[in-house]
Amino acid sequence: MTAPNAEALMRDWEMVVGLEVHVQLKTRTKAFCSCSTAYGAPPNTNVCPVCLALPGALPVLNAQAVVLATRAALALGCTVHPQSVFARKNYFYPDLPKGYQISQFDRPLATGGQVEIGRHANGSPICVGVTRVHMEEDAGKSVHDRYAGATAIDLNRAGVPLIEIVSEPDMRSAREAGAYLRVLKQILEYMRVSDVSMEEGSLRVDANVSARRRGETKLGTKTEVKNMNSFSGVERALEMEFVRQVGVLEQGGRIEQQTMLWDGAAGQVRPSRTKEGSHDYRYFPEPDLPPLLLEQEWIDRARDELPELPAARRARFASEYSLGEYDVEVLTADPELADYYESVARASNDAKASANWVMGEVQAQLKASGHEITTFRVRPHDLAELLNLVRDGVVSHTAAKQIFSHMVATGDTPAQIAEREGLVQVNDDSQLVGWLDEVVAEMPTEAERFRNGERKLSGVLVGAVMRKSRGRADPRRLNQLLAERFGT
Amino acid sequence: MAVTIDDVRHVAALARLGLSDERAASLAQEMNTILGHMDALSAVDTSGVDAVAGVGAGGLPVRADKGPPIPLLRSLDAFAPEVRDGFLLVPRLSTHDTAEEA
Amino acid sequence: MSTPPSITDLRTRTHSGAVGIHDTVAGALDRMKQVKAGRDGLNIFVSLDEKHVRKHADACDGLLSHAEPTPLLGVPVAIKDNIATLHHPTTCGSRILEGYVSPYEATVVRRLRDAGAVPFGKTNMDEFAMGSSTEHSAYGPTRNPIAPDRVPGGSSGGSAAAVAAGIVPAALGSETGGSVRQPAAFCGVVGVKPTYGRVSRFGLVAFASSLDQVGVFGATVDDAARTMHAIAGRDPLDSTTADLPVPEYHRASERSLRGLVVGRAKEYFPDSLDSRIRARCDAAFEKLRENGAEVRDVSLPHTELAIPVYYIVAPAEASSNLARFDGVRYGLRVEGDGLRGMYEATRSQGFGAEVTRRIMIGTYVLSAGYYDAYYRKAQQVRTLITGDFARVFGSGVDVLFTPTTPTPAFPIGAISDPYEMYLSDIFTATANLAGVPAMSQPIGRVDGLPIGGQFIAPHFGEEMMFSFAYALERALGAEAHS
Repeated sequence: MTAPNAEALMRDWEMVVGLEVHVQLKTRTKAFCSCSTAYGAPPNTNVCPVCLALPGALPVLNAQAVVLATRAALALGCTVHPQSVFARKNYFYPDLPKGYQISQFDRPLATGGQVEIGRHANGSPICVGVTRVHMEEDAGKSVHDRYAGATAIDLNRAGVPLIEIVSEPDMRSAREAGAYLRVLKQILEYMRVSDVSMEEGSLRVDANVSARRRGETKLGTKTEVKNMNSFSGVERALEMEFVRQVGVLEQGGRIEQQTMLWDGAAGQVRPSRTKEGSHDYRYFPEPDLPPLLLEQEWIDRARDELPELPAARRARFASEYSLGEYDVEVLTADPELADYYESVARASNDAKASANWVMGEVQAQLKASGHEITTFRVRPHDLAELLNLVRDGVVSHTAAKQIFSHMVATGDTPAQIAEREGLVQVNDDSQLVGWLDEVVAEMPTEAERFRNGERKLSGVLVGAVMRKSRGRADPRRLNQLLAERFGT
Repeated sequence: MAVTIDDVRHVAALARLGLSDERAASLAQEMNTILGHMDALSAVDTSGVDAVAGVGAGGLPVRADKGPPIPLLRSLDAFAPEVRDGFLLVPRLSTHDTAEEA
Repeated sequence: MSTPPSITDLRTRTHSGAVGIHDTVAGALDRMKQVKAGRDGLNIFVSLDEKHVRKHADACDGLLSHAEPTPLLGVPVAIKDNIATLHHPTTCGSRILEGYVSPYEATVVRRLRDAGAVPFGKTNMDEFAMGSSTEHSAYGPTRNPIAPDRVPGGSSGGSAAAVAAGIVPAALGSETGGSVRQPAAFCGVVGVKPTYGRVSRFGLVAFASSLDQVGVFGATVDDAARTMHAIAGRDPLDSTTADLPVPEYHRASERSLRGLVVGRAKEYFPDSLDSRIRARCDAAFEKLRENGAEVRDVSLPHTELAIPVYYIVAPAEASSNLARFDGVRYGLRVEGDGLRGMYEATRSQGFGAEVTRRIMIGTYVLSAGYYDAYYRKAQQVRTLITGDFARVFGSGVDVLFTPTTPTPAFPIGAISDPYEMYLSDIFTATANLAGVPAMSQPIGRVDGLPIGGQFIAPHFGEEMMFSFAYALERALGAEAHS
C-alpha cells in the first residue's frame, strides 16, 4: 500500500497553515547586555552577569534591536505601536538562565501587516496576513550528545535579540507556506536586519497546521509542528502532518491538539512528549523594563527611510533597465547581488551587457569559488570598465573573458591586465592580413572550400586566426578582410 | 476559590519545588488562609482602572549597540556547580525534550 | 548604647589626620565584640572578614590626600547580604546561595567606595528579604540590640542592628514593603526608603522588582541623608532609575518648616492603634506645629488594601525572580532524578519555608485562570493606592506623618502565623506600592522599646522629607530615645 499523498487529498480536503517565524537580529551586542553576538566563540565566553542571570543583574535594552525590529515590522506592512510592553514568559529550562524569557505579550511592538507571496491564475495577489511582530531574546544552546549522561549548556546565544513574526492562518498548501517563507526571507535580507539562515539558526520556523473538508469555513483542530531546519523541510513536514490528520479525520477520529516534531531523516512527524495543558507561562509585565515608548515621528521617519523592498526593486529593474522577467528575478534574488548589478549597469551605461555578465561570468565565478558577492574580488567599477573596453573595441569579447579570469585571480584593473597580457584588440589591417595569410597557407583545403561558397567555413578560418592572435584579432574586421580576399 | 491539594501539586510542579505530602497539605491550608485575606480586593470596583504596568512613566532608556560587557571578575568555574570544557553541565535531557518536560 | 562617631565627625577627623581609617575600622571591630554581635550573640553579620576589612582600611589610608574630602571619607558602612559585593559572599540569608561570591559589584557598593566609605561586612536578613523579623534567615535570627529577646524587625534586621548597636554610623538595607523602615523603628535608628527609581537596583538581588529599592540606615537623620546622597542617581545599568539630579540631602537641615503642611492620614491612626504609639505620634505632630508646620487631616481611603495588594504583587514577582536559582549556574545544587529531580531537590532544600510559601502563592496568582482575579486586580488596586497619594500631595500637603509600625518590636518566636507577620508592614507597604519615598525615625520609647515615626513624601520629594526629619529630630532631642 502506498501512502496517500497530500496533492491527492487536497481535492477533498483543505490545508490551513499559520507560521511563527523567529529571526535573529543582526546586532553587534545582545538584546539586554553588551555581550558580543558573534557566532562560534568558545562556550560561555560571550557571557556577563546579565545574560548569566547572576543574582542582582538587570536588563538594559539595545537601541539597535529596536531599530531593526521596527524596520522589519514596517517592511511587513505592520503598524508599529508608540507604546509596547516587555513581559516575562516563565518556564524552566537549563538554557534559559533567568527562568523566564523577556518577550512581548499583550502589547507587542507591531501588529496587522501583510505580504504578497504570489499570484493566482487569474492574476489576483495571494496575500498572507502578519498578525504581529514582537521583540524577545534568544535562549542558550543545549548540547545533548557531547557527554554521556549530561547535557552541556552554552549561553553565548542567550540574550541575542530576536523578533517573532506570527502569520495569520492564511496559507492553504505547503507550497504557499514555502513561498511565504521565501518572500519573508527576501524582505528581511533586503531590510538588512538578519542573516536569515535556517541552517545557521538565525531563522527558525514553527508551523500551526489543521485540515478541514473543502467548503467548511470553521477551522479544524490544529497541531504545532516544530524542528524543521530548511524551507523544504517545512514543506515536507506540513504535507506529512496534513496527510496524517486527514487520515485520522477520514476514519472518524479527532485531532488532538499537540506538538509534533519533524524528523527530517526519517521524513516523518511524531508527537512530542509534551503534555497538553502543561504550558502555563504565567506572563506578566517585565518590571525591570518600563514600557517602550516610540515617538510617532520616529516611526514615520523609519518608514520613510526603509531600504527599497524587493517588489519595488523588481519593478524598478524592469522599467529602468528594460530587463526581462527572468533577468529581474535572478538579479534581485538577494540585495547584495542587486546592488552589484546596479553599480555595474550605472557605471557601464549598458544594462543588458551588465546583466549578461553578472548572471553569467560573475555568478559562475561565485559558484565555483564559494565567495559571497560582497567579498568578490572584482568590484563593480572594474567590471564596468571591462565592459567599456569591449564596447570601445579595445578588447574583444573573447579577450574580455580572459581578462575577467585575471581580474578574479589578481584584483588588477582590466586595462592593466589587457596591456600586460597583450590582449588589446588588433584591428591594424596589415597585422590581420598577415595572420590570415598564414592560416590560408596552413589550411588550404578549408580556404578552397570557402572560396567555392561554403560560407560556414568562415568560422573555422576566423577561429584559427583568433587562436593565432591569442584572442586579440578584431573578429568583425577579420570577417570583412576574409570576404574581400575571396570576393564573396 | 479554595486551593486544593491538586492545585498545590500543580503549582509546585510549575515552580519546580519538591514537596512532601505533609508539606503540600499544610501549604494548601496556608495558601487558603492567606488568599482568603486577599479576597478583600474582589469587593473593590476597579472598572476602568489601569493595571500598573511597570513603574516609571518616563519610558524605557536604551543603550548603544556596543561593548564592552560588564566584566566577570571571577570565572564561571569559580561559582558554577559543574563546568567541563567551558560548558555548564546538567543531568541529561533527551534531545527533543521541550521546555515543559524539563 | 553609646553613640559612635557621626559621618561628619569621621569625615573631618579622617581628613585632618586626627584618626586613621584603620583605627575607625578597628574601633568598629572592637565595638562588635563589646556588644557581642557574633553568631552566639546578636548575630548581626552573615559574613565579615576582619582581615580583609582591615586591609581595605589600610589601603584607603594609603590613598588619603589633602584634596577636598570625599563625602563618606573613612566611614564604615555595613551592607545587607542581598547586595552584591566582590569579596564577601552574597547569600541573601539563604542556603541556596551559601558561599556564593558575586563576580561583579552592585552599583550602590561601588558608589559607597567612590565616596570614600569602607564596606563593613554583610548583614543578616530574612531569606531573600521575605520577612519582617530577621527570624527567617538560614543563618539564624538576629537579636534586637536594644532588647535582645526581641526581633530587630526585618527583613534588613542585621543592618538596623549594626547601626543600633553603635558598630557603624550607617548601613545599606533594602525595601520591598517596609524592610528598612520597620527594623529602623524596632531598633531606634533612622531608616530611609527612597523614591522608586532614585537608587540603582543593579546588584540588589531581586525580590519584587517593581517594589524593591535599596535603602539606608543612619544613627541620625544626617548620617542617613549623607549616605543616601552618596548612592542615589541614575544608573545606566538599571533601566528603572530616573535621570534626575540628586540634591545634597544634608542641606535640607537648614530649611524651616514654616508654611509647610504635614498630613495626618486617619487610616494610619485606626482605633485599634496602641494608645502609647498614638501619643508619641501626637507629640511629634505638636513639635512639628511648634516648628511652624501646619498639621492637616487627610484621608487615603485605599490604605487598608495595601497588604492584600502587596502580598499578591510581591510574591508574583518573587516567583519569577527566584526561578534563576536552579542549580545550573551558581549556588546550591542537589542531585535528584534527572534534571527535573535536580531542580526540585535543589529548590526545595535551598529555600526556607517562608520563601517556598511565597513562591507558591506567587506562582498560583499568575497561573492560568487566576491571573485576572488576583494579579491584574491587585495591580489595578495598586493604581488606586497610588492615586490616593497623588491626590493628597496634589492638594498642598508636603509630607505625611504616620506611625511606622502598629506595635513595637515583638519577642523572638512570638508570631508564627504568616499573615499576622505580614500585618507588621501595614503602614509601610503603601509607600512601596506607590513608589513614593518614606523614612522612619525614632520618636520615643514604650516600655523601653523604640517607636518609629514615618514621613512619606511625593515622588522624588526626599529633600522635603529630610527637612521634616531634621526638624523633628532637633525638636525631640533626647526624647526620641526615651
